[in-house]
Formats: sequence, C-alpha cells, structure tokens
Amino acid sequence: MDLYEYQARDLFEKHTVPVLQGAVATTADEAERAASAMGGKVVVKAQVKVGGRGKAGGVKLATDAKDAHEKAGAILGMDIKGHTVHKVMIAQAAPIAEEYYVSILLDRSNRTFLVMASVAGGMDIEEVAHTAPEKLAKVPVSAVEGISRAKAAEIVAQAKFPAEVADQVADVLVKLWETFQSEDATLVEVNPLVKTEDGRVIALDGKVTLDDNADFRQPDHEALIDHATTNPLEAAAKEKGLNYVKLDNGQVGIIGNGAGLVMSTLDVVAYAGEKFGGMRPANFLDIGGGASAQVMADGLSIILGDPDVKSVFVNVFGGITACDAVANGIVQALELLGAAATKPIVVRLDGNNVLEGRAILNAANHPLVEQAETMDGAAARAAELAAR
Amino acid sequence: MSIFIGAESKVIVQGMTGSEGTKHTKRMLKSGTKVVGGVTPGKGGQVVDIDGTHLPVFNTVQEAMAATGANVSVVFVPPKFAKAAVIDAIDAAMPLVVVITEGIPVHDSAYFYSYSLQKGTTRIIGPNCPGLISPEQSNVGIIPSDITKRGPIGLVSKSGTLTYQMMYELRDIGFSTAVGIGGDPVIGTTHIDCLRAFQDDPETKAIVMIGEIGGDAEERAAAFIKEYVRKPVAGYVAGFTAPEGKTMGHAGAIVSGSSGTAQAKKDALEAAGVKVGQTPSETAQLLRGLLGQ
Repeated sequence: MDLYEYQARDLFEKHTVPVLQGAVATTADEAERAASAMGGKVVVKAQVKVGGRGKAGGVKLATDAKDAHEKAGAILGMDIKGHTVHKVMIAQAAPIAEEYYVSILLDRSNRTFLVMASVAGGMDIEEVAHTAPEKLAKVPVSAVEGISRAKAAEIVAQAKFPAEVADQVADVLVKLWETFQSEDATLVEVNPLVKTEDGRVIALDGKVTLDDNADFRQPDHEALIDHATTNPLEAAAKEKGLNYVKLDNGQVGIIGNGAGLVMSTLDVVAYAGEKFGGMRPANFLDIGGGASAQVMADGLSIILGDPDVKSVFVNVFGGITACDAVANGIVQALELLGAAATKPIVVRLDGNNVLEGRAILNAANHPLVEQAETMDGAAARAAELAAR
Repeated sequence: MSIFIGAESKVIVQGMTGSEGTKHTKRMLKSGTKVVGGVTPGKGGQVVDIDGTHLPVFNTVQEAMAATGANVSVVFVPPKFAKAAVIDAIDAAMPLVVVITEGIPVHDSAYFYSYSLQKGTTRIIGPNCPGLISPEQSNVGIIPSDITKRGPIGLVSKSGTLTYQMMYELRDIGFSTAVGIGGDPVIGTTHIDCLRAFQDDPETKAIVMIGEIGGDAEERAAAFIKEYVRKPVAGYVAGFTAPEGKTMGHAGAIVSGSSGTAQAKKDALEAAGVKVGQTPSETAQLLRGLLGQ
C-alpha cells in the first residue's frame, strides 16, 4: 500500500525523523483553521498518490490563513493525472537553503535493501540517475545488519553530503531505517530532505510504501487505507477475502485458481478477443486453492455485479483442488445467485478429477453454462459471447 | 538425474503437525517421497501416524537432521512463524529448504535470504512457491505427482498453477524436475539457478521457463541463457494485460512505471534465442518443436 504524503509525515514523526508541522484538510475551511493554528506562511499541498503535482499546480504557498482558504479551495477537486484531489496537507513553510534526496527501498534484483542518497534533491530522482549518475550514491544494506550509525556515516560520505550537515543526515538515515524496518515498509523516500537557512535538516516531503503481507503484525496500518478511493467492486471483494483487481475497458469476467494461471488467462482472453472486436478481460480474480461453493458464489456475484462484464470465463486447473469440487461450487453458486445470474459462463476444467467435474456440469445442464476443452478454446468462446 | 532433489532425498516437514503440513505430508508420502520426520517447536518427542507411516517430531531442525539424516526441509509454517523456522533450518546447515508458505513479510524473507548467504550452507527455494518435483523420484511441496512422468524436460516457473498447466500440456513427454520458485519479490532460488542446474543435468534435454510481470529476473535469466545455456529453451511470460501499479495475486507481480512489464521480458528472452509462446499451449507446442516431437 502506498501512503499519502501526510501519512508518511505522521510515520516519520512517530519515529522522530525531523519534520515540520503538518495537518490534513478536506475542505477549505479546515485548511484555514489548520493554517491559522500554525501561524505564518504555510504551503498547501494536494494529497494524491502520483508524482508531478507541483507542475500540475497542486502545491501553493499561502501568505496567511485566509490565503490558505483560497488556495485550498482551488486545489481541492483538481484533477492531477486522473487523480481527483480530496485532501490537502497544510504544512509549515520553511526557508530552504539546500535540497537533498534519500531513500531506502527493497532492491528486488539483488534481493537486499538499498539506500539511495544524493545532494541533488528536489527533482525527479530517476532523472538524476539518468543525467548525473555520479551524483546518486547507491549503497546496499543487509537485512540482517540494517543501518547502524557507522553505516549511515559511510552512506553520507559516499554521497558527499557537506560536512556541516553530515551528522544530521546520518541521524536521519538511522531513523529512516528504523521507520522502514519497524513499519514493514518496502519504500521510504524523502525528497526533498532540506537544509533550512538556519542549518536544520528536515524531511520536507515523503513517500512510503508498506508491505501488505505484514498486516498481521501491523494493526495500525488498517487505519491508513483510503476506502473512499478504492474501487467499490475491489472493496466488496476484499471484504469477502477474494484476490480481485478490476481492469478498465474489459468485457470478459475472469475467475481462476492461482495467480499465474489467472494472469495468463487475462492475456489469453485479450489475445483471443482481438478476433472479436477487441474484447478484453474485465478483472483479475484468483479463488486460490480451496474453491468451495461459497468462494465460487462470492466470486461469481462480484463479477456478475460488474456492469462492464458481458460474459464470464471460469478457468481452473485442478492441482490440489479437485475439479468435481469446483463444478459443485459453480452449480451451487448459480443456485445461490438465482435470477441474479444473467450472463453466459464458459467453464474450462482440467487436472485433478476433471471427468467427474465435467459430468457434474453436464448433469446440471444450466442454461448459462457451457464447457470448453482447452484454455485457448474457452477464451475464444468467452470473447465471442462477450461481443454479442 | 534431476536437479536439487532425487530418489535419495530425505525430507523433514517443518510444521508437519499443522493442518496444511499434515495434509501435504500425506500427499508427499503417497507420491514416494522419503519423508523421515517433522519439526514443531514444543512438540518434540511425539510420533505422528500418517496413513500408517510413523514419523517422529523434533523440536529443532538440528535434532531432526541428527536423528534422521534428512537433507531437505519443506516449510509449511504460517507466515508469523516462518522466519524463525527458516533460520532454524539455516542454523542447522540444512542443504535445501523449500518454503511453501504464502504471505511472509518481505522483511522476513530478505532477512533469511541474507542470513543464508552469510552462512553459505543452505539453498532456499521459495517462499510462496509450490515446491519442486522430480517425477517418480521425489516430490517436495504441493505439486500434484500424478500429472506426468519422468522425462527429459526441465521446468522453472514463478507460478504454481502455470507449472501444473505446463506439466499437463507436456505430460506425454515427461519432466526431469519441475521447480516452482515462487511469486514473491525476494526468493531464494532464481530462474538463473535452475537454468544453470538444468544445463548441467545430463537427463534434461530441453527447458521451459515461465515468468511473470515484476522485477527483472526474466531479463537477467535471458542474459544468462545467452551466456551459458546450450540446451533449447521455450519460454512463457504472464501478465501482458496487467495494469501498472496493481499487484496481481503474487506479492511480486507488479508493474512499476515502465519496469517489470511482460513485453520487456518477452523481448529479452527472444533476443537470447528463447522461443516464447503467446499462450501456455503455444509454448508447449514450441517446446515439442525444439525436442523434435
């Protein structure tokens, strides 16, 4: 899960990374009150999970609380690269002398953690990496050893931070590691990390990504989920414990078992759909190993509730899952759904107990269900039905 | 021959007394795997009867190895306790540890992977993987043993069900070993490790490599194939239709910006001479062609 800037700021504050005062507001009035409580100049910043908001006009300096009201009013409701601004952060303004960059992230390629640090902060770091790679220090960090004070000093030296801020930046790195590790983050980025005119080092803007797999030991993270911007079908699926992703511009609903097979099913449908006017998959839905009737019913009801869906493709390879259990699941699911089931369903079963599974569907003889022998054939049939 | 496991592999099951552990111990025994015991901290000394096979339970991997001579461990421990279980196995210098558990926090996987490198005596496969099978010899994990037989194909895949699908497509030819390396961002054994082992394995005549979106493992594998692999390779990549920034089931299956896309992986593999199919069936056909069948 990616966090908003204000949530990242709060996490930093919790782990004593130096930040400025900040408050979140959803209306111009709230923004004015927050600015007035802070006093002096403030910055009004759009809270969206996408880069480039400054260029899009989503960050504005306000001279006082009244001005903050006006600026927040203009920013709230803005569209930034397809993201509507629902919240702004009111942040204390700081006189900036220098801008740096630091981040800690999971380095998948090397299967370790990585610190990136640069004295050329404030801009797009990918651009720095591209145009002036010598200005970006990349230092691997072992998951076993982490960032000690000595390691932090090594990073600071490698990135050539000025001597007068070296200690403060090293301190920030140690605290960011603590944030990264204890919050189960996969990314902690500060851009810019600034030196103020009075010589303090402060995290001015932050980006944090948290590992969903760690939710079981991070009870506080639940509160960070932004339910308002979650797709309603995805929210409903999550509530039922289903692994579902809604896709844009699709007509064929997909249910399968196993993440790889479902991803492959989406591709095969898009490939087959080219022959039927560009039919595409409408979703990703992995029902996992134990495809009980209830799981199948939950999955089918989510997919049939999607107005974009014109046909459904159920693609199951029975490994541990038995195809007869899946077939029973489909039959019972259709009974549970009754008149709510209105779209044609193409089923491809293979693997464990496939003959029993196919026989169950044949015997049920449901008017909406038809079977196909192969994955490619089933995909073509589902695309054809969606195009009708 | 086969890779990583064979008829002589002696397997212990970490988490054998849990429901998943018991269920899959049963299946592994049924498919002929030499399961010699289990490990559950606090339950040492118990004996578990699994369909008539009496298996001793130990508190630690070290005790289990000393008593049984086990050289493979398979981990079915829930995410919360998986890190401790894998570290226990690494501390015991267990040569091969296969981590089936899905949903392990990546900080834990990164930790035990780094730790295994420091110790230098343990290969980890997974986590979040179906394990590996050398048909008619040994089956470590949850891959169904009745899909296919022993044969000349080596298979390496990030995905469990696509492994099964591909084994099914090519069931008449058979497999030396099929390895599910797992769909997490940090895994212990990569495509490259398996490709190297298959190249060096005399029984393997051709290789199928299945990848998916996220990371750059397939691109690296492509570079390795160019440099080292002389056996024919057919490839498949899942996730062409995956939108940017969305996790597709596997924790590691995510396109970030312009990196990790299926197209980039396919292009890299093809540039290395790998025949890449549009669908699993097409990939199987390409492999048949490579084997002259």
